[in-house]
Amino acid sequence: MAYPAKLRVWRGDTTSGELQDFEVEANEGEVVLDLIHRLQATQTPDLAVRWNCKAGKCGSCSAEVNGRPRLLCMTRMSIFDEDEVITVTPMRTFPVIRDLVTDVSYNYEKAREIPSFTPPEGLEPGEYRMQQVDVERSQEFRKCIECFLCQDTCHVIRDHEENKQSFAGPRYLMRVAELEMHPLDVADRVGDAQDVHGLGYCNITKCCTEVCPEGIHITDNALIPMKERVADRRYDPIVWLGNKIFKRDGA
Amino acid sequence: MASPAGTSPTDSPAPVRANTAPRTRRTDRWWLPPLLTTLGLATFVIYATVRSFMRTDYWAAEHHYLTPFYSPCLSDSCVAGSSHFGTPIGELPVFIPLAFLSLPFLLGFRLTCYYYRKAYYRSIWMAPPACAVGEPHERYTGETRLPLILQNVHRYFFYVALVITLINTYDAILAFGGENGFGIGLGNVVLLLNVVLLWCYTLSCHSCRHVTGGRLKHFSRNPVRYRLWTQVSKLNTRHMEFAWLTLGTLVLTDLYVWLVSSGAIADLRFIN
Ligand code: SF4
Ligand code: SF4
Ligand code: FES
Ligand code: FES
Repeated sequence: MAYPAKLRVWRGDTTSGELQDFEVEANEGEVVLDLIHRLQATQTPDLAVRWNCKAGKCGSCSAEVNGRPRLLCMTRMSIFDEDEVITVTPMRTFPVIRDLVTDVSYNYEKAREIPSFTPPEGLEPGEYRMQQVDVERSQEFRKCIECFLCQDTCHVIRDHEENKQSFAGPRYLMRVAELEMHPLDVADRVGDAQDVHGLGYCNITKCCTEVCPEGIHITDNALIPMKERVADRRYDPIVWLGNKIFKRDGA
Repeated sequence: MASPAGTSPTDSPAPVRANTAPRTRRTDRWWLPPLLTTLGLATFVIYATVRSFMRTDYWAAEHHYLTPFYSPCLSDSCVAGSSHFGTPIGELPVFIPLAFLSLPFLLGFRLTCYYYRKAYYRSIWMAPPACAVGEPHERYTGETRLPLILQNVHRYFFYVALVITLINTYDAILAFGGENGFGIGLGNVVLLLNVVLLWCYTLSCHSCRHVTGGRLKHFSRNPVRYRLWTQVSKLNTRHMEFAWLTLGTLVLTDLYVWLVSSGAIADLRFIN
């Protein structure tokens, strides 16, 4: 059954903005993005919103619904009461461009700070041979759709703008973990994880894991294993000694 | 896409964020989980502290039940029979718990545990109290410096905890032989359940997952460790559950031994 839903949408740009109230028709089976589109089509033709696939796979439509970072296209209207006011705001952690669209270039900058995949010397593309068991950990991380909801939620930068300099955020610490666990990557990434990408800022409170629409276990499978690797290198005298004596480089 | 002047994160002045005024826009009861966590942890800490210093009713002499809060009991101050490893240590002043050799390590193990860290960072330190709820602190440096950088010693507490869990297991096995020889009572079931869950908690530790196989780059070259890692990983997904369950069974076990040894209740006997 169609009903008039109460939508409260943040509208504004780099200079100022405010929440505005609208009534928008909602039909059975719809998602919040449908209503935003209907709002755009019927009342506010200049409303800015980013979207692309409407299937939870492109990672474009990230925003916050009733204060929770979510994909607009994957947030069903049926989870709200019919008379509930639904507040839609842009991602808080990134500078706003207009309305629901934010400038996410922080993420691209952080991505560029990570040295790319480094195969062993002399091994040409086409010669890579890997066992499935060796790549499956990295494969989980490759499900990422780069929606940046985890980056948006992470309190390290959400609540502390100044930490953006030194903290890459869960998505990119996970990228470091992906390469570090890759069987053919020979770059040494453990020291950088702590010094350059700011792994120590993460206090494993798991909000990134909670919001990830791909259900990636970011904290358990990427961040904590990286913290343990850093501990091997930096804070574990026995491992350090073992590495010296047996001249090994971490199996 | 070109970013508007002054809004790139590395530029100054500070970028323009969209109306960050309220601490959160969440409309659900986000404060409930941290509140419950605080209450749960506080209950355990208070109970454990009181019991550790009580020095009474920790050994049910008739059935040889020893509470984990007094294990190992190595001092001359321990009641007869409760010292499964002798009493190499003389009398202890009243302000030192009889299990002073294990309790600090168990405390350290849980304090530096990745799950408890999450729990108390959220509920007590409020960094953050819940996801997308602003934290009250001006500055935040996480675990990058002292004292929190010390959380990295967690693995050493894990190694000690392994030994202590072995000791608890030994206690639980000895409890099958009471004053009248072999027997099984409800107390044995309680002690055993506690020990099984302690093993689950200890082996599901993230440091355990790392040392068994997580640190390897090539699982295929280490099939045995890969298998171990797979098993530990399965347990690891339930680490939080075991963290709470063991707090519960520790209290339950101690309470049961307390009640039986003080004579408040009689042990329910199944065999002998
Ligand atoms: S677990 Fe770490 S990276 Fe993830 S949201 Fe929490 S602090 Fe940020
Ligand atoms: S890890 Fe998950 S939440 Fe983060 S960007 Fe990728 S898909 Fe989005
Ligand atoms: S529109 Fe592609 S993820 Fe929502
Ligand atoms: S005991 Fe919880 S992570 Fe080690």
